[in-house]
Amino acid sequence: MVITRKIEFSASHVCRNPEMSEPENQALFGLEANPRGHGHNYVVEVSVRGDPDAVTGMVMDLKELQEILNREVVGPYDHRFLNYETPPFDRVIPTAENIAHDIWRRVAPCVGNPVRGLYAVRVRETPDLYVDYFGETPCSA
Amino acid sequence: MFRVTRRYQFAASHRLNAPQLSERENRRVYGKCNNPYGHGHNYVLEVSARGPLDPATGRAADPAALDELVMRHVIRPFDRRDLNAEVEAFARVVPTSENLAVEIRRRLRVNWTAAFPREWPKLDRVRIAETGKNIFEIGADEIESRSGEGDVP
Repeated sequence: MVITRKIEFSASHVCRNPEMSEPENQALFGLEANPRGHGHNYVVEVSVRGDPDAVTGMVMDLKELQEILNREVVGPYDHRFLNYETPPFDRVIPTAENIAHDIWRRVAPCVGNPVRGLYAVRVRETPDLYVDYFGETPCSA
Repeated sequence: MFRVTRRYQFAASHRLNAPQLSERENRRVYGKCNNPYGHGHNYVLEVSARGPLDPATGRAADPAALDELVMRHVIRPFDRRDLNAEVEAFARVVPTSENLAVEIRRRLRVNWTAAFPREWPKLDRVRIAETGKNIFEIGADEIESRSGEGDVP
Protein backbone atom coordinates (compact mmCIF):
# COMPACT_ATOMS: atom_id res chain seq x y z
CA MET A 1 0.00 0.00 0.00
CA VAL A 2 1.16 3.52 -0.76
CA ILE A 3 0.30 6.47 1.51
CA THR A 4 0.99 10.10 0.65
CA ARG A 5 1.41 13.35 2.51
CA LYS A 6 1.35 16.69 0.74
CA ILE A 7 3.33 19.78 1.77
CA GLU A 8 3.91 23.17 0.22
CA PHE A 9 6.73 25.62 0.24
CA SER A 10 7.52 28.81 -1.67
CA ALA A 11 11.03 29.42 -2.90
CA SER A 12 12.96 31.19 -5.60
CA HIS A 13 15.51 29.66 -7.92
CA VAL A 14 17.40 30.18 -11.13
CA CYS A 15 18.22 27.36 -13.55
CA ARG A 16 21.57 27.87 -15.26
CA ASN A 17 24.58 25.72 -15.95
CA PRO A 18 27.62 27.89 -15.12
CA GLU A 19 29.72 25.90 -17.60
CA MET A 20 27.51 26.96 -20.49
CA SER A 21 27.34 30.26 -22.33
CA GLU A 22 24.50 32.75 -21.90
CA PRO A 23 22.85 31.80 -25.23
CA GLU A 24 23.13 28.10 -24.38
CA ASN A 25 21.49 28.68 -21.01
CA GLN A 26 18.73 30.73 -22.64
CA ALA A 27 18.14 28.01 -25.22
CA LEU A 28 18.09 25.28 -22.60
CA PHE A 29 16.21 26.87 -19.73
CA GLY A 30 14.39 29.83 -21.31
CA LEU A 31 12.87 32.18 -18.75
CA GLU A 32 14.00 29.85 -15.95
CA ALA A 33 17.55 31.09 -16.63
CA ASN A 34 16.84 34.72 -15.69
CA PRO A 35 19.86 35.46 -13.45
CA ARG A 36 17.84 37.44 -10.91
CA GLY A 37 15.77 34.36 -10.14
CA HIS A 38 12.03 33.92 -9.73
CA GLY A 39 9.77 31.93 -7.44
CA HIS A 40 7.26 29.12 -7.38
CA ASN A 41 4.73 27.79 -4.93
CA TYR A 42 6.00 24.24 -4.85
CA VAL A 43 3.66 21.43 -3.90
CA VAL A 44 5.40 18.24 -2.83
CA GLU A 45 3.81 14.83 -2.37
CA VAL A 46 5.82 12.24 -0.47
CA SER A 47 4.67 8.63 -0.75
CA VAL A 48 5.63 5.77 1.54
CA ARG A 49 5.03 2.14 0.65
CA GLY A 50 4.47 -0.69 3.11
CA ASP A 51 1.90 -2.90 4.80
CA PRO A 52 -0.41 -1.56 7.50
CA ASP A 53 0.87 -2.43 10.97
CA ALA A 54 -1.14 -5.26 12.54
CA VAL A 55 -1.81 -3.25 15.72
CA THR A 56 -2.06 0.41 14.60
CA GLY A 57 -3.55 -0.28 11.16
CA MET A 58 -1.16 2.31 9.71
CA VAL A 59 1.70 2.06 7.21
CA MET A 60 3.17 5.09 8.92
CA ASP A 61 1.77 7.73 11.25
CA LEU A 62 1.14 10.68 8.91
CA LYS A 63 1.70 13.10 11.80
CA GLU A 64 5.20 11.69 12.13
CA LEU A 65 5.70 11.99 8.37
CA GLN A 66 4.53 15.62 8.51
CA GLU A 67 7.06 16.33 11.28
CA ILE A 68 9.85 14.78 9.22
CA LEU A 69 8.81 16.82 6.17
CA ASN A 70 8.65 20.05 8.20
CA ARG A 71 12.12 19.44 9.56
CA GLU A 72 13.82 18.06 6.45
CA VAL A 73 12.07 20.01 3.67
CA VAL A 74 9.91 22.96 4.73
CA GLY A 75 12.57 24.28 7.13
CA PRO A 76 15.45 24.38 4.65
CA TYR A 77 13.31 25.22 1.56
CA ASP A 78 10.44 27.53 2.52
CA HIS A 79 10.91 31.21 1.60
CA ARG A 80 14.52 30.61 0.55
CA PHE A 81 16.47 31.43 -2.57
CA LEU A 82 17.51 27.84 -3.20
CA ASN A 83 20.68 28.62 -5.17
CA TYR A 84 22.06 30.72 -2.31
CA GLU A 85 20.53 29.29 0.83
CA THR A 86 19.77 25.60 0.39
CA PRO A 87 22.66 23.24 -0.34
CA PRO A 88 23.30 21.37 -2.62
CA PHE A 89 21.80 24.01 -4.94
CA ASP A 90 24.87 26.20 -4.64
CA ARG A 91 26.41 23.68 -7.08
CA VAL A 92 23.43 21.63 -8.37
CA ILE A 93 20.86 23.21 -10.72
CA PRO A 94 17.56 23.46 -8.78
CA THR A 95 15.34 21.89 -11.45
CA ALA A 96 12.23 20.07 -10.25
CA GLU A 97 14.12 16.81 -10.90
CA ASN A 98 17.03 17.79 -8.67
CA ILE A 99 14.69 19.10 -5.97
CA ALA A 100 12.83 15.76 -5.99
CA HIS A 101 16.16 13.95 -5.79
CA ASP A 102 17.33 16.11 -2.87
CA ILE A 103 14.06 15.64 -0.98
CA TRP A 104 14.40 11.89 -1.48
CA ARG A 105 17.94 12.00 -0.09
CA ARG A 106 16.79 13.96 2.97
CA VAL A 107 13.60 12.01 3.70
CA ALA A 108 14.40 8.39 2.75
CA PRO A 109 16.58 7.61 5.79
CA CYS A 110 13.93 9.06 8.15
CA VAL A 111 11.01 6.96 6.90
CA GLY A 112 12.68 3.70 5.88
CA ASN A 113 12.59 0.67 8.15
CA PRO A 114 12.46 -3.08 7.48
CA VAL A 115 8.73 -3.02 6.66
CA ARG A 116 8.30 0.24 4.79
CA GLY A 117 10.19 2.64 2.57
CA LEU A 118 10.00 5.83 0.58
CA TYR A 119 8.20 5.09 -2.69
CA ALA A 120 7.96 8.38 -4.60
CA VAL A 121 8.54 12.10 -4.35
CA ARG A 122 6.41 14.34 -6.54
CA VAL A 123 7.48 17.96 -6.98
CA ARG A 124 4.91 20.22 -8.63
CA GLU A 125 6.65 23.38 -9.75
CA THR A 126 3.58 24.90 -11.42
CA PRO A 127 0.10 23.46 -11.93
CA ASP A 128 1.26 22.43 -15.42
CA LEU A 129 4.62 20.83 -14.62
CA TYR A 130 5.50 18.14 -12.13
CA VAL A 131 8.20 15.54 -11.67
CA ASP A 132 8.02 12.16 -9.94
CA TYR A 133 11.16 10.53 -8.62
CA PHE A 134 11.11 6.84 -7.73
CA GLY A 135 14.62 6.49 -6.36
CA GLU A 136 17.33 4.43 -7.98
CA THR A 137 14.87 2.21 -9.82
CA PRO A 138 15.86 1.41 -13.40
CA CYS A 139 14.14 3.40 -16.16
CA SER A 140 13.40 0.28 -18.21
CA ALA A 141 11.25 -1.73 -15.85
CA MET B 1 13.88 6.88 -12.38
CA PHE B 2 12.31 10.29 -13.08
CA ARG B 3 8.96 10.97 -14.68
CA VAL B 4 8.27 14.47 -15.99
CA THR B 5 4.64 15.41 -16.56
CA ARG B 6 3.18 18.36 -18.40
CA ARG B 7 -0.47 19.37 -18.25
CA TYR B 8 -2.30 20.75 -21.30
CA GLN B 9 -5.87 21.73 -22.03
CA PHE B 10 -8.02 21.74 -25.11
CA ALA B 11 -11.70 22.29 -25.74
CA ALA B 12 -13.48 20.17 -28.32
CA SER B 13 -16.86 18.78 -29.18
CA HIS B 14 -17.82 15.21 -29.91
CA ARG B 15 -20.77 12.96 -30.35
CA LEU B 16 -20.78 9.34 -29.25
CA ASN B 17 -22.59 7.25 -31.82
CA ALA B 18 -21.50 3.79 -32.90
CA PRO B 19 -22.52 3.06 -36.52
CA GLN B 20 -22.84 -0.67 -35.68
CA LEU B 21 -25.65 0.07 -33.23
CA SER B 22 -29.22 1.11 -33.94
CA GLU B 23 -30.49 4.58 -33.10
CA ARG B 24 -32.27 3.22 -30.05
CA GLU B 25 -29.21 1.25 -28.88
CA ASN B 26 -26.98 4.29 -29.31
CA ARG B 27 -29.33 6.35 -27.15
CA ARG B 28 -29.35 3.61 -24.53
CA VAL B 29 -25.56 3.13 -24.49
CA TYR B 30 -24.41 6.75 -24.73
CA GLY B 31 -27.37 8.65 -23.24
CA LYS B 32 -26.84 12.41 -23.40
CA CYS B 33 -23.51 11.89 -25.18
CA ASN B 34 -25.51 10.65 -28.18
CA ASN B 35 -27.20 14.04 -28.70
CA PRO B 36 -27.10 14.47 -32.52
CA TYR B 37 -25.72 18.00 -32.34
CA GLY B 38 -22.78 16.93 -30.19
CA HIS B 39 -21.46 18.62 -27.08
CA GLY B 40 -18.08 19.77 -25.78
CA HIS B 41 -15.61 19.33 -22.96
CA ASN B 42 -12.62 21.14 -21.56
CA TYR B 43 -10.21 18.25 -21.80
CA VAL B 44 -7.18 18.21 -19.50
CA LEU B 45 -4.35 16.15 -20.91
CA GLU B 46 -1.25 15.04 -19.03
CA VAL B 47 1.71 13.64 -20.96
CA SER B 48 4.58 12.03 -19.05
CA ALA B 49 8.10 11.20 -20.15
CA ARG B 50 10.48 9.06 -18.11
CA GLY B 51 14.21 8.68 -18.01
CA PRO B 52 17.41 9.23 -16.08
CA LEU B 53 18.78 12.64 -15.19
CA ASP B 54 20.92 14.45 -17.73
CA PRO B 55 23.75 15.74 -15.51
CA ALA B 56 24.44 18.76 -17.74
CA THR B 57 20.90 20.13 -17.48
CA GLY B 58 19.61 18.61 -14.24
CA ARG B 59 16.62 17.42 -16.20
CA ALA B 60 15.13 14.13 -17.32
CA ALA B 61 13.08 15.67 -20.15
CA ASP B 62 13.07 19.10 -21.75
CA PRO B 63 9.56 20.51 -21.14
CA ALA B 64 9.94 22.85 -24.14
CA ALA B 65 10.55 19.91 -26.49
CA LEU B 66 7.58 18.06 -25.01
CA ASP B 67 5.40 21.17 -25.39
CA GLU B 68 6.34 21.56 -29.03
CA LEU B 69 5.53 17.92 -29.76
CA VAL B 70 2.21 17.90 -27.92
CA MET B 71 1.10 21.32 -29.18
CA ARG B 72 1.85 20.47 -32.77
CA HIS B 73 0.42 16.96 -32.92
CA VAL B 74 -2.36 17.03 -30.34
CA ILE B 75 -3.45 20.40 -29.01
CA ARG B 76 -3.52 22.41 -32.23
CA PRO B 77 -5.31 19.72 -34.26
CA PHE B 78 -7.85 19.08 -31.47
CA ASP B 79 -8.46 22.47 -29.81
CA ARG B 80 -11.80 24.10 -30.69
CA ARG B 81 -12.58 21.29 -33.13
CA ASP B 82 -15.46 18.97 -33.75
CA LEU B 83 -13.59 15.71 -33.22
CA ASN B 84 -16.02 13.57 -35.24
CA ALA B 85 -15.95 15.88 -38.27
CA GLU B 86 -12.48 17.39 -38.17
CA VAL B 87 -10.11 14.68 -36.89
CA GLU B 88 -9.74 11.90 -39.41
CA ALA B 89 -9.18 9.16 -36.85
CA PHE B 90 -12.72 9.71 -35.58
CA ALA B 91 -14.45 9.60 -38.94
CA ARG B 92 -15.33 5.96 -38.27
CA VAL B 93 -14.26 5.47 -34.66
CA VAL B 94 -16.30 6.71 -31.71
CA PRO B 95 -14.42 9.60 -30.04
CA THR B 96 -14.77 8.32 -26.50
CA SER B 97 -11.99 9.51 -24.24
CA GLU B 98 -10.62 5.95 -24.30
CA ASN B 99 -10.22 6.20 -28.07
CA LEU B 100 -8.95 9.77 -27.77
CA ALA B 101 -6.20 8.52 -25.43
CA VAL B 102 -5.31 5.74 -27.91
CA GLU B 103 -5.13 8.25 -30.79
CA ILE B 104 -2.98 10.62 -28.72
CA ARG B 105 -0.65 7.72 -27.86
CA ARG B 106 -0.40 6.89 -31.57
CA ARG B 107 0.43 10.49 -32.51
CA LEU B 108 3.02 10.83 -29.76
CA ARG B 109 4.66 7.50 -30.57
CA VAL B 110 4.92 8.26 -34.29
CA ASN B 111 6.56 11.65 -33.65
CA TRP B 112 8.49 10.86 -30.46
CA THR B 113 11.92 10.18 -31.95
CA ALA B 114 11.87 13.40 -33.95
CA ALA B 115 11.29 15.33 -30.72
CA PHE B 116 13.55 13.19 -28.50
CA PRO B 117 16.22 11.59 -30.70
CA ARG B 118 18.29 10.14 -27.84
CA GLU B 119 17.68 6.88 -25.98
CA TRP B 120 15.90 8.79 -23.19
CA PRO B 121 13.35 10.07 -22.30
CA LYS B 122 10.61 7.69 -23.36
CA LEU B 123 6.87 8.25 -23.46
CA ASP B 124 5.54 6.96 -20.15
CA ARG B 125 1.91 7.94 -19.72
CA VAL B 126 -1.08 9.60 -21.38
CA ARG B 127 -3.85 10.75 -19.05
CA ILE B 128 -7.02 12.56 -20.10
CA ALA B 129 -9.63 14.10 -17.86
CA GLU B 130 -12.78 14.60 -19.93
CA THR B 131 -14.39 16.34 -16.99
CA GLY B 132 -13.15 16.64 -13.42
CA LYS B 133 -14.92 13.36 -12.73
CA ASN B 134 -14.00 11.15 -15.71
CA ILE B 135 -10.34 10.29 -16.10
CA PHE B 136 -8.67 7.93 -18.60
CA GLU B 137 -5.08 6.77 -18.44
CA ILE B 138 -2.68 4.72 -20.57
CA GLY B 139 0.30 3.67 -18.45
CA ALA B 140 3.87 2.68 -19.26
CA ASP B 141 3.05 -1.03 -19.73
CA GLU B 142 0.46 -0.16 -22.39
CA ILE B 143 2.60 2.52 -23.98
CA GLU B 144 5.29 -0.01 -24.76
CA SER B 145 3.20 -3.03 -25.61
CA ARG B 146 3.15 -3.63 -29.33
CA SER B 147 -0.41 -4.88 -29.20
CA GLY B 148 -2.85 -2.61 -30.99
CA GLU B 149 0.16 -0.89 -32.52
CA GLY B 150 -0.66 2.44 -33.95
CA ASP B 151 -4.33 2.60 -34.57
CA VAL B 152 -7.49 3.20 -32.70
CA PRO B 153 -9.46 -0.05 -32.77
